[in-house]
Amino acid sequence: MYVTLRDRPGSDTPGRTVGRRVSSTVLLLGTVSLLTDVSSEMVASVLPLYLTAVVGLSPVAYGFLDGIYQGVSALVRIAGGYAGDRGGRPKWVAVVGYGASALSRIAMLPAQGFAAITAVITTDRLGKGLRTAPRDALIAASSDPAMLGRAFGVHRALDTFGAALGPLVAFALLAAVPGSYDSVFLVSFAFALVGVAVLVLFVPNLPTAVGAARLGVRRMVAEVTGARLRRPLLAAGLLGLVTVGDGFLYLTLQDRDDFAALYFPLLFVGTNVAYLLLAVPMGRLADRVGRARVMVAGHGALLACYLLAAAPGGGLGLTVSVLLLLGVFYAATDGVLPALVAKLVPAGARGSGIAAAQTMVVLSRFVSSVAFGLLWSVAGSATAVLVFAGALTAGIPIAWWLLRRVDAEPAVDVPAAATPDGRADGES
Amino acid sequence: MGLRARLIVLVAVVLLSAFGAGGYVWQVRQSQAQVQAAASPVPVRDDPAAVRAAPHLMFRSTALGTGYGKVAMTPLSDPDGPRVLTDASCERVYATRAQTICLSAERGLLTVYRAQLLDAGFAPKLDLPLTGIPSRARLSRDGTLAATTSFVSGDSYANPGEFSTRTVISRTGGEVIGDIEEFPFYVDGRLVTAIDKNLWGVTFADDDRFYATAASGGRTWLVEGSIAAGRVDALREDAECPSLSPDRTRVVFKKRGDLPPGRWRLAVYDLATGTETLLAETRSVDDQVEWLDDGQVVYGLPRIADNGAATSDVWRVPADGSGAPQVLVHDAWSPVVVR
Repeated sequence: MYVTLRDRPGSDTPGRTVGRRVSSTVLLLGTVSLLTDVSSEMVASVLPLYLTAVVGLSPVAYGFLDGIYQGVSALVRIAGGYAGDRGGRPKWVAVVGYGASALSRIAMLPAQGFAAITAVITTDRLGKGLRTAPRDALIAASSDPAMLGRAFGVHRALDTFGAALGPLVAFALLAAVPGSYDSVFLVSFAFALVGVAVLVLFVPNLPTAVGAARLGVRRMVAEVTGARLRRPLLAAGLLGLVTVGDGFLYLTLQDRDDFAALYFPLLFVGTNVAYLLLAVPMGRLADRVGRARVMVAGHGALLACYLLAAAPGGGLGLTVSVLLLLGVFYAATDGVLPALVAKLVPAGARGSGIAAAQTMVVLSRFVSSVAFGLLWSVAGSATAVLVFAGALTAGIPIAWWLLRRVDAEPAVDVPAAATPDGRADGES
Repeated sequence: MGLRARLIVLVAVVLLSAFGAGGYVWQVRQSQAQVQAAASPVPVRDDPAAVRAAPHLMFRSTALGTGYGKVAMTPLSDPDGPRVLTDASCERVYATRAQTICLSAERGLLTVYRAQLLDAGFAPKLDLPLTGIPSRARLSRDGTLAATTSFVSGDSYANPGEFSTRTVISRTGGEVIGDIEEFPFYVDGRLVTAIDKNLWGVTFADDDRFYATAASGGRTWLVEGSIAAGRVDALREDAECPSLSPDRTRVVFKKRGDLPPGRWRLAVYDLATGTETLLAETRSVDDQVEWLDDGQVVYGLPRIADNGAATSDVWRVPADGSGAPQVLVHDAWSPVVVR
């Protein structure tokens, strides 16, 4: 019934795509993310101007909203992962998540007061938190385990492309209809709606727990905290603790560099472009040489980033190098982590496992942000970056030690035909 | 549902979205064009030298159509009358007789923000440091000091609430004094070292002393600072975006009181006696207020125009808590009185 079933590993006709390209489900999910990211980045890019210039919020109120914007999604991520696993139908959890975000766009039209806008933004971020893990579980379920890195790379590249496109669309619109933020919200809603339609109509409702009994909370907790996942989670948390948020790095750059100060918004774009170009190659590299290895090496790029950012003096070349290295870091970690985790948990707990790892990263990075901010205010930006560089230098070998056996571990719960042997058949 | 049926539904959704959103944008564009064509354009005059020669009001013109976003001037004797439109486009403007400080946004693929000093003919003469979204701008009375505030926000989902303001004081000769957030900040003589410390909204008393807002842990203070001493001290709590009266005896600011977040009441604080007077304006004002004279203050308030476009007016209200707010200039924002 679903045409896309054909591309699932282990399904019929393995001759055409399996083993060579990522499955059409991954491309479809990438398309959904692209459209949704155009939508959300359209709003995100005009939101500061809208809130300060039109709604008239002051720094404190704006900071509060900014905090919500960044923080809320971490809280519901695990709930989304578990809901997808528990029902065994992650697609519908993802639909609810994407749908909530889409609806929040249209709700921006009548929202005028601070409370209304807070509610709308919270809804959007709840939607984002809810959908991420089940979506990644779907990507894992529809991909050959040997190609997970590439699959996530393709998805993240499409996702980032949408994120880069969004601000362009928004500012083109504002140029065409000056001051009409309503137009931005409405067009953003249109993009999100098409994204949800693609998801509902074309993404197969893959059951993640094939034939297995659905897991209760207790089993799920046991799986997520079990021996196989414990070390990767610890490593992710440890690396998160020594990761400085890129916002802080940009602030360090602009502290010393006129170019970075004047073109502050360009810094985000520079990193995004590097990420976009490198996501797929890094994913493929991870499949070939090992995901843990690439993830740890990515933190090596981050270390180089710190050292360059803390260097006295600087200039355009140094700033561009930092952005490139930051792109390498994201390409080597953001999509590679779920690829790494997906292999280690049974299909029925995959969403929860991925969510646990991502939440670990978010929470530990939050702790590191607070610590970094404290250090920054006491010792200055260069010293703070150098201290974190030292911590990262110590953290990388420990993380590597924690992850040393992960790449070699066999995958659990893999359908017979999707093992490397099956893939070899497909290629013959 | 078969593949064909699903494709048909998708095409329907795409068409509906494209035509729905496209139609809305087209309709807004039409109505904006209509407003521009039909609506009586704001009356304009063409004698900048004459207006500049007398005490006048400078502001950002928010009348839709030509001149939207341009800096405009009207004489204090007829503030809501015909306005002179200058070539300068500014989000925020402040001025003395000799120079104007202009915070502008160049909207494009990437929006770039600038802070510039303009000379008497509104030609750029100096770039001031500015990072992020323009928020506040002030010059000292003698024109030797300039202060700009912008929102700076890091961008990472991993960093909840990572947000700050940057408030930089510079000499108009070109020397950058720096971010006043780096000045030690004292409350009741105790040094505040909290990491979430933020300062914004400077108003100058002379060529050294200034007042501003400091915030930490969800509380705000009116602070007094000295550039020579390199420190800021809290005067009282719950005060944002102060503005010093021409006779330098009082400060008007926004206070939260028991209002919900994002809403403020205007209050005047007597520096000598410490008494506070709530003003008759009960709507929430989020603007750095300006003094029209020693008896009245002026400020911008957003307004939704008949066609749904966002604009704003400049209002005035007595500084002693009496009377009622009145519109001083229609379709205007960021007022500054140039004496």
